[in-house]
Amino acid sequence: MNAYQEFRMIGSRPVRPDGLDKVTGRARYGADLNMQGQLYGHVVRSPHAHAVIRSIDCSKALAMEGVLAVMTGQDLVEPGNQMLGSGEGAMALKDVVPMVMSQGKVLFHSQAVAAVAATSPELAAQAAQAVEVVYDVLPAVTDVHKALAADAPILHDDRFPDGYPEEPTNLATHISLTVGDPDAAFEKAEVVIEQNYSVPMCHQGYIEPHACVARADAAGRVELWCCTQGHFTVRHYTSAVTGIDLGKIKVTASEIGGGFGGKTTVYLEPLAVILAQKSGRPVKMVMDRGDVFRATGPAPGAETKVKLGATRDGKLIAADVECLMDSGAYNGNPAGIPAFMATACYKLTDARSTGRSVYTNKPKIHAYRAPSIPQVTLGFELAITELAAELGMDPIEFRLLNAVEEGDANMMGAPYNRIGLRECLEVARNHAHYKSAVAEGAGRGVAMGYWINAGMQSSATLNVIADGHVAILTGSPDIGGSRASMALMASEVLGIPFEHIHPKVAATDAVGHTDLTGGSRTTLATGQAVIQAAEQCVAEMCRRAAAEWDVEAGVVTWSQGAAHYGDQSLTFEELASRAGAMGGPLTFSSSLTSTSTAPGFGVHICDAEVDKETGRTTITRYTAIQDAGKAIHPDYVEGQMQGGAVQGIGWALNEEYLYNADGVLENPGFLDYRIPVASDLPFIDAVIVEVPNPLHPFGVKGVGEVPIVPPMPAIAEAVYQSTGVRFRDLPLNPPKIVAALASN
Amino acid sequence: MAVQEFISPTSLSEAQQAVSDGAVSSWLAGGTDLLVGIRLGARDPARVVDLKQIPELTAIEIDDASVRIGAAASAFDVLHNSDVPSLFPGLAEALDLIGSTQIQGRCSAGGNLCNASPAADSIPALIANGAQCRILGPDGERMLAVEDFVVGPNQNALAPGELLVELILPRPTAGTSDSYLRLTPRTEMDIAVAGAGVSITVDESGNCAAARVAIGAVAPTALLVDAAAEALVGSQLDQAAIDAAVEAVRAAAAPISDKRGTAEYRTHVVGVLVTRALAKAQDRITEARS
Ligand SMILES: Cc1cc2nc3c(=O)[nH]c(=O)nc-3n(C[C@H](O)[C@H](O)[C@H](O)COP(=O)(O)OP(=O)(O)OC[C@H]3O[C@@H](n4cnc5c(N)ncnc54)[C@H](O)[C@@H]3O)c2cc1C
Repeated sequence: MNAYQEFRMIGSRPVRPDGLDKVTGRARYGADLNMQGQLYGHVVRSPHAHAVIRSIDCSKALAMEGVLAVMTGQDLVEPGNQMLGSGEGAMALKDVVPMVMSQGKVLFHSQAVAAVAATSPELAAQAAQAVEVVYDVLPAVTDVHKALAADAPILHDDRFPDGYPEEPTNLATHISLTVGDPDAAFEKAEVVIEQNYSVPMCHQGYIEPHACVARADAAGRVELWCCTQGHFTVRHYTSAVTGIDLGKIKVTASEIGGGFGGKTTVYLEPLAVILAQKSGRPVKMVMDRGDVFRATGPAPGAETKVKLGATRDGKLIAADVECLMDSGAYNGNPAGIPAFMATACYKLTDARSTGRSVYTNKPKIHAYRAPSIPQVTLGFELAITELAAELGMDPIEFRLLNAVEEGDANMMGAPYNRIGLRECLEVARNHAHYKSAVAEGAGRGVAMGYWINAGMQSSATLNVIADGHVAILTGSPDIGGSRASMALMASEVLGIPFEHIHPKVAATDAVGHTDLTGGSRTTLATGQAVIQAAEQCVAEMCRRAAAEWDVEAGVVTWSQGAAHYGDQSLTFEELASRAGAMGGPLTFSSSLTSTSTAPGFGVHICDAEVDKETGRTTITRYTAIQDAGKAIHPDYVEGQMQGGAVQGIGWALNEEYLYNADGVLENPGFLDYRIPVASDLPFIDAVIVEVPNPLHPFGVKGVGEVPIVPPMPAIAEAVYQSTGVRFRDLPLNPPKIVAALASN
Repeated sequence: MAVQEFISPTSLSEAQQAVSDGAVSSWLAGGTDLLVGIRLGARDPARVVDLKQIPELTAIEIDDASVRIGAAASAFDVLHNSDVPSLFPGLAEALDLIGSTQIQGRCSAGGNLCNASPAADSIPALIANGAQCRILGPDGERMLAVEDFVVGPNQNALAPGELLVELILPRPTAGTSDSYLRLTPRTEMDIAVAGAGVSITVDESGNCAAARVAIGAVAPTALLVDAAAEALVGSQLDQAAIDAAVEAVRAAAAPISDKRGTAEYRTHVVGVLVTRALAKAQDRITEARS
């Protein structure tokens, strides 16, 4: 039962508080920050994908007029096995440090090997060229199968995954889980299918490149301004990578132009800090687009083998999933999630799932919106669709027969609470899109998706201003409209107008610890902290009103933004303006580790038409249906659903990392790394389903990640329906489609 | 090296003067190739000479015999000219494919041609329309057909100090129309995997009296495919003639396999584009007659 049942503000669509600054260009993003006397940092990057660094000589660069500092990997801490937790994707220090700057060995092209700081960007670029690095070049391997072959160059000679203790291999992780007895269940199955599917490595494609400014003082204190999904995470990682005490670092988050998981770590920040310390001047660093593609963490490519068994009457009874993922040069732990979550949408008591990840000479992979789940879901959902076809069943009916509901468990063991998957499937089945006839020559696909959703730590501080306005400070960078949601939630509890609430993203020294904006957790968890702080405010205001009226606090009620007892009332504004005389400033803080999280589910319907002569696919109609628990600001829930669907469309059709034989990325820019443009897309119809999360006061569930999960299998099925040819390897770009149609 | 000098001449003679000392200079029309090239380090001029302040270079003039488009006239100005888009709908299609509205406000057909990318969109359309280049240099003026202007990937026939002044297109005769189509994976903001520009003249009896077929992005330079034109001229543009033209362009195509598409795909799809471009030009002629 949710604490709040009826809403005055929640579910409305006011203009976001940060909107005006964004549309007028006043909002300050990472690269918009400048400090007096700042230097410009430039990174020296490896021209080789695999090499041992013999020597680095920075003396010529440092001798140049206007060059004030140089650094190499020697200036970072010696990396060890210490884990850096950050919820989604905890990582070992030894997997973070070399993504900032390599130490002795280069494992991917464009890996940072040194950096310089100079008085102008041009000079810094010239100085970077004057840094002399001698490499012993080694053969590079970019393909996961070649990396596992006996004669493969070994990237790490000190890593032995569990179960492989004899000699080092490129196998990074191997996780296998079994529930029930899948082999016996396959014996009983009347229909079995088994297929292989693959998805290429791709990039999050956030529009804003990484950027920061750092300043250091003589007392050893450091300040950083940067675009990030989590400035507390930046503080933590920067401390771990540089050895500077956590307490001496302050980080302020700028506005952010997208992250999608890619801005949940550090790349430039520790370098700018060290260069600032060495030079005594502020140092600004901005990554260019090419380096964003070449040297930050993309999403892993994956191959998935799926075997499913069902009875003739449509009951899914056995599953076996094997997912092989590309980890890039260091361990990004991509294999655990598919192993644990591949089957999460289905009632399955007998299943096995295996995840393996492999080192290759590419940048270490990083989180991308529902990390690793879209890749394995492509295989699982397409196999489900193929199985439904084999059984002669409607794809939604088949899913309804087998979809999880409250009380069912997935491979992680714990039973689901109140989830909304079946409700989404019902909405899909009855939606005008699904009921409409498919256009001549087009095809239709349906798929569903799951994401676990995170809780983690959040804090909020609420300061009441004397005129009855309220400032809300949180530590969650606002990527998807969260300030608007925070203001709505506070407005709901306090009963004052939305416009009187001023939400801010506060620096690390101005608000309690807050984990990063990721895992679809901010509206849920930071929102909970805001709700609690607002509830404390209401309780204190009621207490003060009771004191004024000389009655018990418990008899005072709060509604419509005022305290009431009998026919007396004191408004929020009155209590705010008289705060000094009635007990002092009104400031409330709440910090929590949220345990209120609930998983998210969505169902997508896609119509696509393939031009059989050119192989071009046009998405002609698209509907995304998702359980949001309770949509705080529906615009931003729909925005998440639309954005996720669009990223899935891009990945399905054209996005792909293309490496040449030397391990050099051939398409490090938006011309040849083809994310969709607006004219490539139909209107994405977003249908919000609300099955309240019983653990959250407002019923909220995370919504940001689920929508990237169903698109790939939905689109691949639509393309099959349009062409009559099954495609199981993405992307479905025109040359691939033409070649397949020609050979059929 | 960074750019040391920026000069903005206001006449052709001043422009010639600006480069007479032989320093490494680049002409700047819209800059939508040049500035990108400088930023990427592919171009490194010490001096940049702006062409947009020279009246002849941004003018668009039309008389009974020809249409003259200043080499630095923006795509936007060409597309919004009162006559050019209806005289050469295919050339307009090509220019309208370049970049975005913002890019079109700056970029020019002359820059697209001089940049000489194998995938440039306006080049096949200019070739199909029989465009000629008026070139001015230290040794005076000369004329060159567009199909001879590009000599290799990103290489044009200009000698040091030479400048493309304008593009001269013969006015289409009655029963003539053109069309340009390209294939890109995306709808916009993309680069041609293959392109096809055609211009055909069809007489009252449906007979194809003249044809020019040009293809782009399937060879080091855009190609005028005479064999395709020969297959069409004298025919009723029937399936057999079109198939023969398609066969001719596929035979002429010499594409590479790269990140933008395989050679097989490009060869296949350029034929599809020629077929569709011919149908479109034919529809335009029929429409104009009715
Ligand atoms: C975002 C974006 C999208 C694009 N999309 C496309 C597209 O879809 N299709 C396409 O074909 N192109 C595209 N381009 C490339 C470019 O816009 C075109 O080639 C454009 O036509 C170039 O014209 P410009 O006037 O800007 O040339 P500039 O950059 O000014 O010049 C190009 C080159 O020609 C030289 N030059 C220019 N004028 C003369 C002259 N009169 N005499 C001698 N030399 C000269 C310059 O020195 C330079 O080397 C795109 C570019 C960008 C940035």
